[in-house]
Amino acid sequence: MNIAILSGKGGTGKTTVATNLTMTLGVGYVDCDVEEPNGFIFLAPSIRKKDEVFAEYPIIDKNKCTLCGSCAKACQFHALAKAGKQIVVFEKLCHDCGACKIVCRADALAYTIRSVGKLEEGTVKGISCYRGILKVSEPMAVPVIKKLLKSLPKGDFFIDCPPGTSCNVVSTLRYADAAILVTEPSEFGLHDLKMAVELVKLYKVPYGIIINKDDNKENLVKVFCKNESISLLGTIPYSMEAAALYSKGIMLYENDRYKKIFKSIGNRIKEAFKWKLLC
Amino acid sequence: MKIVVSATGDKKESMLDRRFGRCVYFHIYDSEKDEYTVINNDGASEGGGAGIAAAGRIIDENVDIVITGKLGPNAYELLKKEGVKAYSCETVPVCKAIEFYQNNQLSEMKGAGRAHHKMR
Repeated sequence: MNIAILSGKGGTGKTTVATNLTMTLGVGYVDCDVEEPNGFIFLAPSIRKKDEVFAEYPIIDKNKCTLCGSCAKACQFHALAKAGKQIVVFEKLCHDCGACKIVCRADALAYTIRSVGKLEEGTVKGISCYRGILKVSEPMAVPVIKKLLKSLPKGDFFIDCPPGTSCNVVSTLRYADAAILVTEPSEFGLHDLKMAVELVKLYKVPYGIIINKDDNKENLVKVFCKNESISLLGTIPYSMEAAALYSKGIMLYENDRYKKIFKSIGNRIKEAFKWKLLC
Repeated sequence: MKIVVSATGDKKESMLDRRFGRCVYFHIYDSEKDEYTVINNDGASEGGGAGIAAAGRIIDENVDIVITGKLGPNAYELLKKEGVKAYSCETVPVCKAIEFYQNNQLSEMKGAGRAHHKMR
């Protein structure tokens, strides 16, 4: 079972929840936040396998090109434009859809590849960890996320999602059997949580909410959960202790108080998603 | 000579928009025919590549001169390849911007600004 951990708002604690639940339940971890994958900082697995990710983009044979401009008109992403006596290719905008090649009557288009990122696989205490890393300056994360999730073996995984509700999250959720939404009790946290809930509903998978940095009060997120009948899978208290551990890169799981909290959240998740661990 | 100005409104008194790719209107002035037209910048709402779409549209209109705030790297490259000259101007009414150009009061852009310069 793949459980996606998303949030809407960034910085609510997706990685904190994903890495600590991974250690608590002894299941696999996948970091799909390929623009800034930080889960390995906490888990520190030893890397045993690396792979490269490539993206395709068109190249134009100037001898065959008639400068008709059909390819530029067909491209929905403006990766091709006609200027002067040439077709200019903006390779980073190419979504690799193939439309330009289909419309080219002069057969002047071919595709080539460039590296856009890499995949890493490692283990820590017998737990499998995977992550994708997007190359700096590359704007599109989806090819890296897709390859990462396609390469995943059957098993039980927490999938650490990118923030927001963009295509990066959409591509990740395609591989999710359940979802956990991590939020914080702030107006901004709730605002983006609502968007994340709308997105998750489209996938018809079971989901629940975890409140991080909880103030132990009947806060706006708890009211939202009640009103919308969304199950609250747990709360992680806001404390100086947690912040101090985090700042040193130490997992909250190492602390007895937080270990108990993650154990009870882990049990609640297994119940809520009727999840029977494979291993 | 055809001059295009990026603008926030469709009137001659409307202000110049210092954004090129994401401005709402383009005002095109043909100095030989003394004709004045305003077109929508359809690329403004694009998820990405707005500057490229806008430059493509300007090129289709056979424009010689662009007056805007700054150009991103992609739009700059396309206009340069097409031989369109770009001039930088402050936020003034469109008619004023054209007047400034005609009086040689604007300086030609020698390079592109940063990508997404208004977002940072």
